[in-house]
Parts: sequence; C-alpha cells; structure tokens
Amino acid sequence: MALTKAEVLHIAKLARLELKEEEVEKFRTQLSEILEYVGQLQKVDTAGIEPISQITGLQNVVREDLVRGCEPDVRDAMLEQFPKRRGDLLETLGVFE
Amino acid sequence: MPKLNELTITAAHEGLKQKEFSSEELTRACLSRIAEVDGKIGAFLTVLDKEAIAQAKAVDKNIKAGLIPGPLEGIPVALKDNMLVQGVKCTASSRILENYVAAYDATVVTKLKRAGAVILGKTNNDEFAMGSSGENSAFKVTKNPHDPERVPGGSSAGSAAAVAAHETIYALGSDTGGSIRQPAALCGVVGLKPTYGSVSRYGLIAMSSGLDIIGPLTKTVEDARIVFDAIRGKDPMDATTVELRESGIMNYESGVGLKDVRIGVPKEYFIDGMDKETEARVREGIAQLKKLGAQIVEISLPYSPYALAVYYILMPAEVSANLARYDGIRYGYSELVHSPQSSVHSLLELYEKSRSEGFGDEPKRRIMIGTYVLSAGYADAYYKKAQAVRTLVKRDFDEAFLKVDCIATPTTPTPAWLIGEKMDDPLSMYLADIYTVSANIAGIPGISVPCGKAQGLPVGLQILAPQLREDVVFRVAGAYEQSRTNF
Repeated sequence: MALTKAEVLHIAKLARLELKEEEVEKFRTQLSEILEYVGQLQKVDTAGIEPISQITGLQNVVREDLVRGCEPDVRDAMLEQFPKRRGDLLETLGVFE
Repeated sequence: MPKLNELTITAAHEGLKQKEFSSEELTRACLSRIAEVDGKIGAFLTVLDKEAIAQAKAVDKNIKAGLIPGPLEGIPVALKDNMLVQGVKCTASSRILENYVAAYDATVVTKLKRAGAVILGKTNNDEFAMGSSGENSAFKVTKNPHDPERVPGGSSAGSAAAVAAHETIYALGSDTGGSIRQPAALCGVVGLKPTYGSVSRYGLIAMSSGLDIIGPLTKTVEDARIVFDAIRGKDPMDATTVELRESGIMNYESGVGLKDVRIGVPKEYFIDGMDKETEARVREGIAQLKKLGAQIVEISLPYSPYALAVYYILMPAEVSANLARYDGIRYGYSELVHSPQSSVHSLLELYEKSRSEGFGDEPKRRIMIGTYVLSAGYADAYYKKAQAVRTLVKRDFDEAFLKVDCIATPTTPTPAWLIGEKMDDPLSMYLADIYTVSANIAGIPGISVPCGKAQGLPVGLQILAPQLREDVVFRVAGAYEQSRTNF
C-alpha cells in the first residue's frame, strides 16, 4: 500500500499538520510501510463477526446532565494556560477572514 | 541492611511503622540518589524536592503522634509525566505541552495523596506515551540503568529506569500497548498492566482512550499488589471504570505453591527471530512454575499474530481524535504567542503551524495514520475491520481461559537494544510490543516479572489472566518471584 505524495499532503491537511518539503518523502515511505503491515488484516475472514468498541462490555453509561462548578483556584489555573487572553476571555483569530 | 532508597514498599512501610527511620530520611535517600545518578540515567523531568520533604515531614509528625501509617503513607513515588498533579508541570514529554501546568489532580494522584504518598517528581517518557524506547521524548533520552548505552524500553521509560536505579521506591506508568510491562522487562523490575477500566484515566493525558490504563512499576509483585489496591476502583469522572469483584483483590497465600493452577503456554508466542537466550530464560521460568506445582498446558491463540496490526489501526484512530484538542488556542504551544502576529493569518494556519511545531515525528505519524484509516472510503476497510479482528483476538483468550487459569509468555522478543538502533525504522520499533499488545486488545491484566538475564540484560516473564482476575496474576507471579529469591 504505497501512498503518493499527493495523498500524504491530503492526509496532513485533514490532520491539520503542515509538513516541510523534506518531511513529505520521509513520512510517505514510513506511512506506506505501516499501512502495508496493517493491511494483513484483509486476509482475516470477519464475515458475521460483531466488531468490538468497548472491551469490558459496558453500554450506554449515562449521568445526569448537570452543570457543576469547579474550585476558583482550578478555574484560575485553567485561565492561566490560555496562550492569549483579555481578562477572563480567550483570544484567538477570527473564524471568517 | 540495604540503603533506604533500595527498600521495597513493604520493607519501607515496616521500617516507618517500627520507627526505624523517618519518611524524611527515606525521602532524602531517594532525592540524594536522584542527585547522584539522574544526570546519567535521565529518568526525571521534574523533581519536587521541597514538596516531597514537606509531605514526608507531615507524615512523620503523624507517626510521632502515634498514628499507624497506611501501606503507602510516607513512601516516595515517581509519576510518569502524563498524569496531572495540581500546580506541577505536565508535559507528556512533548514540546506542545512544555509549559503546561496542571490545574487539577488526576484521580490516581488524588488517591495517592489521600494515602499519604510522597510524590518525588515526574518521569520522562516517549512523547504522549508513543514509543517503545523512551527516545521519542522531546526533552531527553533515558538510559537503561543496566547498560547506559541501551534503551530502558518505553513508553514509561523514566518510571522503569527510576525504579531500577533505586531513585524511587516505586512508580506509576501507563500502558496502551505494553508501555508498563515492556520497560519493566527491559529494566528488570515488576510492571503491572491492570484490566482495562479498573483504574481511572481521569487526569491521564489521553493517547488511546479505549486501550490506556495506569499501573505500577515496582521492585516486587507484592508491592505491585499494594499499589494496585490503592489506585483501582470506579470513578464518576471516568465512565469506563469498573469495580473489581472481591476475589480480584485477595492476597495470595505464600507457601501454598501453584498446585491447583493451570498455566497455558501459547505456541504463537515463541516465534522465529526471537532472541534465543531470552527464549531460554522464559522457558526456564515456565519450568519453574511447573516445579511449583502448576500444570503447564500448550495452548493456541491463532489470532494473536494479528493483534499488533489491530493495534496500529485502532490506536492511531483514537490518537488522531484525542490529539485534535491541541489546537494552539486553549493551552499548550501556540503560534499566536511564538511568532509575530503578522505571520499567522488564519485559524487554519494557526492550527497547522502550532501542531507542526509542537508535535514530534511519532505523534505526527500516528495522527496521520489515524486520520487516514478513519477517512471517508477507508473507515470500513481499516477501522471496522480492525474492530472485528479485535473480537477474534478476544475470543481466542476467552476460549483459552476455559482451559487454563492464566497464560505465561515472554514480555519481549529481545532484551534492551542500543540507543538509536531502531529510531529510523518505526515499524521495527513497533514490533517490540508484539507480546504485550494483545492484553490491551483483549482488555485483560498482565504483569511482567524478572526471570533472569540474556546477554547480561534483564528478561521479563509475562503472566496474563482473564479480565478482573488480577488476583491470579499476583498469585502466580508472586509464587514465581518468591521461589526465585529463595533459590
């Protein structure tokens, strides 16, 4: 399963990663090898086999939809992590250009 | 008498209880050892000297006042740097979280703090717990204490090395495909990967949420049992947590041997290309289990050769979703701050530049693989297919556990390799997890216990048991370990 350069660039764009020119070929080779390895699963007959999405068999674990506050120091510590802020507001670029 | 920092949890606890030494002395012994050797080993990213001494003094005051300390009270622990401790940097060994300070405690940290543990610091790991050698850390390369030219294994590299080098009494790591058991084997310590969901993941930086689990790295099996008992349990903050049945936490009785125990040995785990000396040590370990009275049964796990391929689809898929949160906006590395405003013109550019600067190669590879296998037109062929094969891998184990109580295998195909040896070949690095990964795919517990040396380097024997049957793991690994020390 060899990826093309264009496919690698497309995947990177979907993943919101910007690749440098010299990275493209390196990742193209490495990702192709990994996909080739995992491709061996195509040999396995899985007709009628239910896929597993939760391994201990839990289903629909629900809780009440309640808003719970947090300690003021936790809140402040989280605000501290904003790369850019105005007061308690998070600052970023506009969605529309 | 060994030095204080060389004690097990059990011995340290006994010493504190008998007032042979104080928690402060025990803590200072570990801190001096860190100061002495960590420049060479590189196990720690953050050392919390002051906080650790303050906590030790608080415990000492209680003991002096007549309180009998709990099993972990006053005993030093090191935490993998992907578990949040309020007010302490938590980097996941990634540049994208280089300056991130945790706002709250992980549930395991809350539990350890309540138990009176002394937190020594945070240990190095492969970036976002992605790797099998520790070399993927953005900050430093941890060395194997048995040979500084070799890797300690990974991803819980620093936690395993710190225990092996006696820089701490025990440590916590996380295991998604072998990241506790594999470095434990390569560093010659005990490492437990508990049943999926038996320990809360709240406050563990997420890599692959359907596979991640926290567990202990210790010097003995009994120590692993004590730590597991302290951190396990259902948590309202992690909806995937499950409670163990009471049988799952019972102590094994020493001296009774393994008379009524049936142990399976899967033929698929002794493959061509496996290191011969490693295989010999593991076979001797299995012979020792037989001597202890266990019945050894050859079994087959026909789908286990596919477990690693299942892993390298399901895990990257979850990685690509989990790491989408690093967007350069809310926390972590951001181009908004790091480059002049004019160079980033749009949100898309902000995402792309922040993530490309912040992530190392391994997270990038896994994010891209995950994006690909989940993308339109490929999700059925890759992701759904892997989930179906996961069912077959689990059925293998379910059927085997009708015939046997547990399974004994090698933990790794080789002992520790040279630093740099596999860095340019991701796939050969991935193959280091070939024997550990199926336990994560099946959600079952597994332990790695030292079983001798190959080429002068530690080898691990792995014991796997059915989901929630940690008691079997402790009993078998414990009996084996005791028979070796009495040897």
